[in-house]
Amino acid sequence: MTDATDPSAQPAAAPQRRSSLLQLDERTRRRNAAEARFRLMGLIAVTIGILAVIGLISSILFNGASSFRQTFITLDVYLDPAKLDKAGTRDPEAISKVTTFGYAPLLQKGLVDTMAAQGIALDGLTAKQAAELISKEAPAQLRRYVMADVSRIGQTVTFDVLAAGRIDGYFKGRVTMESAALDRNVSPEQLMLADRLKEAGMLRTKFNLDFFTAPDASDTRPEAAGLGVAILGSAYMMLVVLVLALPLGVAASIYLEEFAPKNRFTDLIEVNISNLAAVPSIVFGILGLAVFINFAGLPQSAPIVGGLVLTLMTLPTIIIATRASLKAVPPSIRDAALGVGASKMQSVFHHVLPLAMPGILTGTIIGLAQALGETAPLLLIGMVAFVREYPSGPPDGFFEPAAALPVQVYNWTQRGDPAFVERASGAIIVLLVFLVIMNAIAIILRRRFERRW
Amino acid sequence: MSAGILITIVLVLAIVGFVLGRRRAVATAGGDGRRLHSLPGYYGQSVALFAAVPALLLMAVWLFMQPVVIDGRIGEMIPDSAVPDGGSRGLVMSDVRRIADGIEQLVDQGLVSETDLATMRADFTNVRGRLGEVGIALGSNVSPGVFEAAKVYRDANRTGGLIMTIAVLAVAAACFAWSYLRIKPDLRARNISETFVMALLIGSSLVAILTTVGIVASLVVETFHFFQMYPASEFFFSTTWNPQFRGGSDLGILPLLWGTLYVSFVALVVAVPIGLMIAIYLSEYASKTLRSLAKPAIEILAGIPTIVYGLFALITVGPFIRDWIAEPTGLGSSSSSVLTAGVVMGIMLIPFVSSLSDDIINSVPQAMRDGAYGLGATRSETIRQVVLPAALPGVVGAILLAASRAIGETMIVVLGAGAAAKLGLNPFDAMTTVTVKIVSQLTGDTEFASPETLVAFALGLTLFVFTLGLNVLALYIVRKYREQYE
Amino acid sequence: MYDNPLTKRDAVTKEVKISARGCQVYYGDTHAIKDVDVDIEDKTVTAFIGPSGCGKSTFLRCLNRMNDTIDVCRVEGDIRLDGEDIYDPKVDPVQLRAKVGMVFQKPNPFPKSIYDNVAYGPKIHGMSRNKAELDEIVERALRRGAIWDEVKDRLDAPGTGLSGGQQQRLCIARAVATEPEVLLMDEPCSALDPIATAQVEELIDELREQYSVVIVTHSMQQAARVSQKTAFFHLGNLVEYGETGQIFTNPQDPRTESYITGRIG
Repeated sequence: MTDATDPSAQPAAAPQRRSSLLQLDERTRRRNAAEARFRLMGLIAVTIGILAVIGLISSILFNGASSFRQTFITLDVYLDPAKLDKAGTRDPEAISKVTTFGYAPLLQKGLVDTMAAQGIALDGLTAKQAAELISKEAPAQLRRYVMADVSRIGQTVTFDVLAAGRIDGYFKGRVTMESAALDRNVSPEQLMLADRLKEAGMLRTKFNLDFFTAPDASDTRPEAAGLGVAILGSAYMMLVVLVLALPLGVAASIYLEEFAPKNRFTDLIEVNISNLAAVPSIVFGILGLAVFINFAGLPQSAPIVGGLVLTLMTLPTIIIATRASLKAVPPSIRDAALGVGASKMQSVFHHVLPLAMPGILTGTIIGLAQALGETAPLLLIGMVAFVREYPSGPPDGFFEPAAALPVQVYNWTQRGDPAFVERASGAIIVLLVFLVIMNAIAIILRRRFERRW
Repeated sequence: MSAGILITIVLVLAIVGFVLGRRRAVATAGGDGRRLHSLPGYYGQSVALFAAVPALLLMAVWLFMQPVVIDGRIGEMIPDSAVPDGGSRGLVMSDVRRIADGIEQLVDQGLVSETDLATMRADFTNVRGRLGEVGIALGSNVSPGVFEAAKVYRDANRTGGLIMTIAVLAVAAACFAWSYLRIKPDLRARNISETFVMALLIGSSLVAILTTVGIVASLVVETFHFFQMYPASEFFFSTTWNPQFRGGSDLGILPLLWGTLYVSFVALVVAVPIGLMIAIYLSEYASKTLRSLAKPAIEILAGIPTIVYGLFALITVGPFIRDWIAEPTGLGSSSSSVLTAGVVMGIMLIPFVSSLSDDIINSVPQAMRDGAYGLGATRSETIRQVVLPAALPGVVGAILLAASRAIGETMIVVLGAGAAAKLGLNPFDAMTTVTVKIVSQLTGDTEFASPETLVAFALGLTLFVFTLGLNVLALYIVRKYREQYE
Repeated sequence: MYDNPLTKRDAVTKEVKISARGCQVYYGDTHAIKDVDVDIEDKTVTAFIGPSGCGKSTFLRCLNRMNDTIDVCRVEGDIRLDGEDIYDPKVDPVQLRAKVGMVFQKPNPFPKSIYDNVAYGPKIHGMSRNKAELDEIVERALRRGAIWDEVKDRLDAPGTGLSGGQQQRLCIARAVATEPEVLLMDEPCSALDPIATAQVEELIDELREQYSVVIVTHSMQQAARVSQKTAFFHLGNLVEYGETGQIFTNPQDPRTESYITGRIG
């Protein structure tokens, strides 16, 4: 300890800064200003983050909320036997030969007649132009209605038909008189007629249940497009994911957490799992295409393939969550079971696993929520196909073409008619509602079963 | 018999096995469970496991291998003359498969009987027309060789299915019988079923390895096929991307890589400062209330599917940037642009960066902060000069992970970045990325065995290697960093 | 270990550096420090002793407002440095801490080079005009910290690579580099081995020539060895404060006596 007394170590002229604490020197003031600036930057960043959340959600809500309401025209249709059942036998087989084209004139006549009865003038429009207010999907609607009960032929029924997409858009503010003047599909006169129908109470905008149940519709009929097939397809895929990923994930985690010796082999598995968790989702799509479709010959667009791909994708998430909750069970529980003579396997399955279950389920739900919103891999396995038929019930339905919610959104964004943007946003709202429900369940589970050891 | 029914039968057999096995165990012990080596349930379990697992495994392997074996055999059958000029055997094979499907449907719907089918010949019957009836559209008329191959293919599939059913049922029954008959009081049933369960546990953890193997194998094999048709040097070094339907495409990856890196760069420029500042503000400055509100609010962003961000880019951010920035300044006129995709992707990455940084900043020991405060450093000085440098490796790791996310992100760029492959600097221009092109090349109408489709696998492999490299590096850095404070 | 000739201690009353009057500290609902009055003298080593949880570290941290960094902590009363209230709203804790340096229980060098560790304080307080001056300050501090000879050849090596005792002396050098007027030490030797402890104690004795040093310690022997004044804390109260020799040989309060003789603590 000689150096401390080394003369050169003594302060040459010990600068005793006897400054007062009560006065901020220039430097401190500058440093405090820098401090305030830094703090402000942080606050701005937080504000941007929160604004981004609000902007994102409000943009979707703003664009999509209207898709839950739809414009309908109420009219009286005479189901003319001369057109629908020429033979007069009421034989469903024969009636089914009449295509939707056969029903269109009935609707046109029904509209004109109902308007006449209400005293609404056509005002220079032809009957055909007036009938363009009705969706192209409406004849199919009417046909289904008739086919459901052929004895309705010959009656005059009051029927709510879908209004055409542009008319619907007019009442939702998407179509204006100015845009109609430039539009091939609709004229301002038709919009005026729609206004008159609305005044007369023939045209109403009401809750649109079909949006949740109807299948997709073609490019020219956005008003009829629904999410039925997509919701069913997504449900099937989630079922596959749940049935495969939960047991596989739990089994793998139990092995790795409770039994696996520490060696190269288990290291390899661990490295694999952590890497798989970070592989871009689209790569899983390529895997699905190459292995499940091209190699194993499973059908394209089928929920089973989607489910398998999503299973492989969510597996790492579930394994990581499960291992964390297994790890949280204190070793004393295991020791207690082993101490009374249980085998290692029994201690895990009888004691550790039930205690870890809430955590596992939470992780699984979060994994499922991730899978539900995943789009990219499904595009590659053909789920973009235009599917109008509902898949049949399980298990055959797993092998039949179906859509999926997020892919349906993508599909609709690729269509020309701007009305599909509304549909896509609406579909996202439905998707987000599902996700919120799933996350809420996960949070409730976590809260309810949270355990402090 | 469909796979579903077969699985159900096997499972029912397993349940029956459990009940019978348990009963037999009790019976052999003369009704006294204490004389048994294990609890009676374990005897049942061992029978059930033996009945179900080998049979189901066999079935899975069979379903997987059958198409491979049959394809191989049919491939040999197709005469060279049936392969059109400029086409490939693979294309013919896919025709064979579709024709076989069509025949199956024709028979199912009763439009053609089995006997008619046996005598049906492509040279006399309009096969293409008949298949059209069931919605199978073919590009050209069916040549006799291909039609015969299709018939054989269909027969082979049916026979294969039948043999599989028999084999699966036989295995299930045999294993059932064997494990049932060997039940004796001193059989160590618990050990047997535990070993079995252990094998299942190990098997499940192998799925992760199998997945990786599957990914690598499918990417490498198809990429190899691609490079047989298209020179690798062109792919890696050509600066044009211009796929054509009828061959002669330019498939250079450089413009796509450029777009990918550019968009990712913009995304990181948005996400890293904001995410990092959010993490700092919330962990060092914010009051408890603000923290408990703002943290979950920002984490909402992490739970939102990317398709939502894509739509946000398409209908809100894209038009906004075009109408308020690009067009007034005359820099661009497209609503999909590098900036649109980059900004939206940046928003997506904010919670990712902020929660990773939050963890990392919090793992810097309090003693380090005290040391700086004790010297009279202000909070921001402590953060910038002590905490951040100490956390730097971890933060770098987090940024690399975010970059790997950005590079592999698909939906946002598909909807926000555009489809034009371009090597440019203007962020208001539409550009395209590797992932966009994987989607467009694999969802188009081109034949599978063409370079235009197979290029997607080469792109996928590039993407995989890139992201894997980044992840490994990032995880390594983060782990090293964690060790430093443990 | 009582072989230190306590009677030789310098008992001349010196100028008061810090004075606390009616100091109360609350952690949330817990009343951690109860009505403490104390005068800490300049150029003196003052030891705070007492059983664990008695509040001695808490009180120490009040003296340079380190408790400000803990959200739930609230300080009341009057603490003056050279007659100026350090809890006055006009006082910037940053400026205060430049005058009242602190050394912590666990050595906590920054993960930077040895040089940068020591230069950090002078840099943020702008104490040097150029690199040469900074070099000089760093060398002086390292010499004062009695570690110069050990590290002069590897100033660029990371501070975290040193041994525990070296790290603590580096931290002391870091604290004295800002030329504080008071140096607070919170159990500076508790993480060190006996040899390193002896080195640090020797250092503390030397630092007394220029600074007012306040040391919190668990070890009564250490307090007896290095301090001139000793304060005994018990359950948040300052029980007794006086000359070290007097506290250890002739305590006035029965609680002090019990503690010193090992009956409580």
